[in-house]
Amino acid sequence: MEDQAVHEVNLEQFKHLVSERALTGETMVLNMGPQHPATHGVLRLVLELDGERVINVIPDIGFLHTGIEKTIESKSYLKSLVLTDRLDYMHTLGNNLVYCLAIEKLAELDVPPRAQAIRVIMAELTRLSSHLLYLGSTGLDTGAMSIFLYCFREREMILDILESCSGHRMMTSYIRPGGIWRDVPPEFEDDLRAFIKEMHLRITQYEDLLTKNQIFLDRTVGIGILKREDAIRWGVTGPVLRASGVDYDLRKAQPYSGYEQYDFEVPTSSDGDVYARYTVRIDEMRQSLRIIEQALDKLPSGPVSSTNRKYVPPARSELGTSMEALIHHFKLWTEGFSPPKGSVYAAVEAPRGEMGVFMESDGGSKPYRCHYRTPSFAHIQIMPLMMKGYLIADLVVIIASIDIVLGDADR
Amino acid sequence: MEEKLQKAVDFIQEKYDASLEDFRGDITLHLSKENLYEAVKTLRETFDFEMLMEITAVDYWPGQTPRFHLIYNFYSLKNNFRLRLRVPLNGNEPEIKTIEGIYPNANWPEREVWDMFGIHFEGHSDPRRILMPAAWEGHPLRKDYPLGYEEVQFTFNYEEIDLNKPYPKE
Repeated sequence: MEDQAVHEVNLEQFKHLVSERALTGETMVLNMGPQHPATHGVLRLVLELDGERVINVIPDIGFLHTGIEKTIESKSYLKSLVLTDRLDYMHTLGNNLVYCLAIEKLAELDVPPRAQAIRVIMAELTRLSSHLLYLGSTGLDTGAMSIFLYCFREREMILDILESCSGHRMMTSYIRPGGIWRDVPPEFEDDLRAFIKEMHLRITQYEDLLTKNQIFLDRTVGIGILKREDAIRWGVTGPVLRASGVDYDLRKAQPYSGYEQYDFEVPTSSDGDVYARYTVRIDEMRQSLRIIEQALDKLPSGPVSSTNRKYVPPARSELGTSMEALIHHFKLWTEGFSPPKGSVYAAVEAPRGEMGVFMESDGGSKPYRCHYRTPSFAHIQIMPLMMKGYLIADLVVIIASIDIVLGDADR
Repeated sequence: MEEKLQKAVDFIQEKYDASLEDFRGDITLHLSKENLYEAVKTLRETFDFEMLMEITAVDYWPGQTPRFHLIYNFYSLKNNFRLRLRVPLNGNEPEIKTIEGIYPNANWPEREVWDMFGIHFEGHSDPRRILMPAAWEGHPLRKDYPLGYEEVQFTFNYEEIDLNKPYPKE
């Protein structure tokens, strides 16, 4: 292994996956390598091309594999929380949320209503930031370059709000088992209301730029069609499934963290092409704003984390006066908490699809096995299905429409 | 437990000799590996479990034998409930029949389980490594595989670590 300075790749590896025409040289096998500005991360696609038409696509992932699942097995539950941020790095608070939901299900922890409402606000804010990135990069991939920086201007507002709450722009680790880390700052509500007001305006402006734009329509309508039966058979979830006509949203079907209290719609479309996924995500952004507004109006007062001291550390002010608080603090920061033995599966509706955690605990202070069912992993698998017969230029647009994040796929 | 889920669970328990576990609202059925393929086929065809969510494995070395437990996670879109199947496999030459014929999206998860745990899937159309590089040896998520962090170089072990450092050759 040490002597191989250059990793030689030839067609031998993929012989069973390409058609016979490639082996005779009639079609060309081209490597759309891991470093590519249009593949949304380190994704390697081996394309079999007949001229410019795509005959087959073989995706190759693993370039961002950092062994998060293995590392989680060697760290205590709270320390692993920091690692979970880095999975789907566009939906950081959602990753925290699903990890905490799994722990709370295992340990039967109660989460106070204020914490649940703030968790919903945070989850929807990260959904908005992820969809804004989707919008910007889709525009960029189809050639509409100005929308990219407009979307990033709005993302800056969201990241500023996250920074005021937790101190960190993206990898916040704000949502912890039992609730959230600390209460929101006093300027949270005003900042958020200003943001919502501006965001409604901005989404309309983005729609003006792209929705009826003839060039955008030519490039996206009828491209990358995923039929309803294929989508269900291949385990697709999220906006890609909803754009193919299935009305399935985990927030409505199996609500978590108090989502049943909020009134929102689930946008679907029956076309199944790239344009349908675009409209579904734009409508989802509007619904997210609606949810944030309702959560902000109804925000209950009260504690922001569970009072179960076996899992949630006490406030520092108590440490001087209470012996139990000191003992709990010591146990939690040295050994960590130990949920009961068993295995659970918890899932949330990430902006990409259903993100789930299968967590198994053996009663110790470290997670015994923590597996993430990530939507990007499942969606890269169906890329060949969606891409056969289109041009290379359409390939780029289709990858953008599935909205993959390689941190999600590789872990 | 919902009534349709109860029917499915009762059928599988009886016909395929499975044992039920109900923990925090999650229903898990423990099966043996010979019965798995037929049970999965029944779930797909008779009981409307249209979606396979994930396939993963847990390694219990050295505590338990059988060492591996394969876990299949199913979701029924029509009825909105989940079901989990657990299959114990032993440690030397673990292999099981692939369910790729029933659920086509089992392809990549089974490749990942092969890559990370070394569980061989018979009849799989594409048994290559997926997350690790193609020429990698070993199966990282097994419990006897080291975490692989870098050892800190203090003064007492300075020379030993210096020997292993990749300095450029002259």
